[in-house]
Amino acid sequence: MEAFTTHTGRAVPLRRSNVDTDQIIPAHWLKKVTRNGFEDGLFEAWRKDPSFVLNHPEREGATVLVAGPDFGTGSSREHAVWALQNYGFKAVISSRFADIFRGNSLKNGLLTVILPQETVERLWKLVEADPAAEITVDLVGRQVRAEGVTAEFELNENARWRLLEGLDDISLTLQNEDAVSAYEAGRPSFKPRTLQG
Amino acid sequence: MGRTLAEKVWEDHVVRRAEGEPDLLYIDLHLLHEVTSPQAFDGLRLSGRTVRRTDLTIATEDHNTPTLDIDKPIADPVSRTQLETLRKNCAEFGVRLHPLGDVEQGVVHVVGPQLGLTQPGTTVVCGDSHTSTHGAFGALAFGIGTSQVEHVLATQTLPLAPFRTMAITVEGELPDGVTAKDLILAVISRIGTGGGQGYVIEYRGSAIRNLSMEARMTVCNMSIEAGARAGMIAPDETTFEYLKGRPHAPSGDDWDAAVEYWKTLATDEDAVFDHEVYIDASALSPFVTWGTNPGQGAPLSASVPDPASFDDESDRHAAEKALEYMGLTAGQPLRDIAVDTVFVGSCTNGRIEDLRSAASILDGRRVAEGLRMLVVPGSVRVALQAIEEGLDKVFTAAGAEWRHAGCSMCLGMNPDQLAPGERSASTSNRNFEGRQGKGGRTHLVSPQVAAATAVLGHLASPADLDARTPVEA
Repeated sequence: MEAFTTHTGRAVPLRRSNVDTDQIIPAHWLKKVTRNGFEDGLFEAWRKDPSFVLNHPEREGATVLVAGPDFGTGSSREHAVWALQNYGFKAVISSRFADIFRGNSLKNGLLTVILPQETVERLWKLVEADPAAEITVDLVGRQVRAEGVTAEFELNENARWRLLEGLDDISLTLQNEDAVSAYEAGRPSFKPRTLQG
Repeated sequence: MGRTLAEKVWEDHVVRRAEGEPDLLYIDLHLLHEVTSPQAFDGLRLSGRTVRRTDLTIATEDHNTPTLDIDKPIADPVSRTQLETLRKNCAEFGVRLHPLGDVEQGVVHVVGPQLGLTQPGTTVVCGDSHTSTHGAFGALAFGIGTSQVEHVLATQTLPLAPFRTMAITVEGELPDGVTAKDLILAVISRIGTGGGQGYVIEYRGSAIRNLSMEARMTVCNMSIEAGARAGMIAPDETTFEYLKGRPHAPSGDDWDAAVEYWKTLATDEDAVFDHEVYIDASALSPFVTWGTNPGQGAPLSASVPDPASFDDESDRHAAEKALEYMGLTAGQPLRDIAVDTVFVGSCTNGRIEDLRSAASILDGRRVAEGLRMLVVPGSVRVALQAIEEGLDKVFTAAGAEWRHAGCSMCLGMNPDQLAPGERSASTSNRNFEGRQGKGGRTHLVSPQVAAATAVLGHLASPADLDARTPVEA
């Protein structure tokens, strides 16, 4: 995983709540068997509308998505995270994220930042008034900074460390191979098995 | 202090616990399908890893599979490639696979329980959010992303953040014609699509205990629609009865040992939940959605709400957007909404009891002129059982289409889709914009409401039929 320390970029204000993963990346894109090439599928249905915020020329090259509450609800498709990253987003800010989406984002180095809705509103107003306004998402200092806005955010220390170092979860777990084997030795015989014999 | 069902199952699976780190949990059963696994197998190949426990892993094909002409090559080359990729990966890594055409093929969340693989007190994961279905057995079951799929394939474990516990207690008797689907839609409408975030929900109370295993699966299935990490129901005699004799259920001494263990799992009387919700079953009625998220629902007897009636600005805005997308007007009675498609199927309502329930209403009646009704069994086994009972004939005699097993129109990854502007009454789980096809409009309903709607051509309950359209002699 690519490490995340701090990022500064222009933002896209997405004034919608309950942005589900079917909107982020529609199901027909899920037939692809790779982790890349999803950028054109990002918000595909909404992008057909020229007035959709992502289509505004001044938002081109923006890297921080500022979204309404309950972002990423619905399906567990990690393709939603890949689509955001493939498009160029480095961080998403919202007051609430769906659990599976959040987990997926942090495993891929897409930083999802939870801020109070009133702070989200202030960021929306700022970047709507000035599309060139930049937002800094600082994981080292656990802070979001923009003109007139300084907001601390929480992220549990373990997840933060993995992101800062760009660590691979599987390698970390495999360091505990002994514990896994010991657990397996004690599993009851009545537990289900998919293969017989 | 006592412990809850979820806490007991969690504790029994902790492989490693260390200060400041997430618990490492052992996974008893890993279910795979074609959509969320290819990149995980690629990851294994890139790092030279293997599948640690092929004997705890099983795959099926469901999302992309066609429900017509399954003996012919799949027309969509991209779908075909994805299915071929799963077949190749399963062969290479030694994973048991039930492909299209196999008697055990079907929607992954229907297949696990019917094989007896889903058992109380187990941890079950799948790269699919509706893995919460398996919680009906008292399993701790949750959907995971593809990175986690790779993690489980390689290590049979997952590092997991702690959860909070929520009890949803449903007391009383469900009125006639009110099903598990109506119950869970009412729950989601009450607590909202984010109400369960961070929680494992335990459904309790007399109304839950009185549900069949299949109805319990319908309830737990949609826990994710309330944003919950998982939904669970304590195992009891109904659970044991369902499991006994299934191909992968324990037998002999193992059965006795298993039942003894399963009986210890119920939440202790002095356990405390972080949050509690109470629902009176007797006050529930058939429930349908009017909007574009599963929390935007109301009793069938109600009208489309006025967005101005929502206190919260974000809810108001969401309701405005939803009415615009759905082509509905505030104040319109829900019963007046005409549909052109009815879908019965999915991991929510594609099991035999669902088909029986829909068939009992269609028996001797006709699907409304010009309306398309698709009946898609959740698995080949469900289809065979339905055929044995003659349900397929009831559906086709009524003018419905009887299809092969799969996810089908729940998410339209195969050719079964709504056209732009088409409106469905669907027994599936998500009414998101475009979920069933670009521009399609979805109303989530129970199998009974689906069948009554198919006959009358507008959203309706079986009680409406009794009043207006007597069964033909």
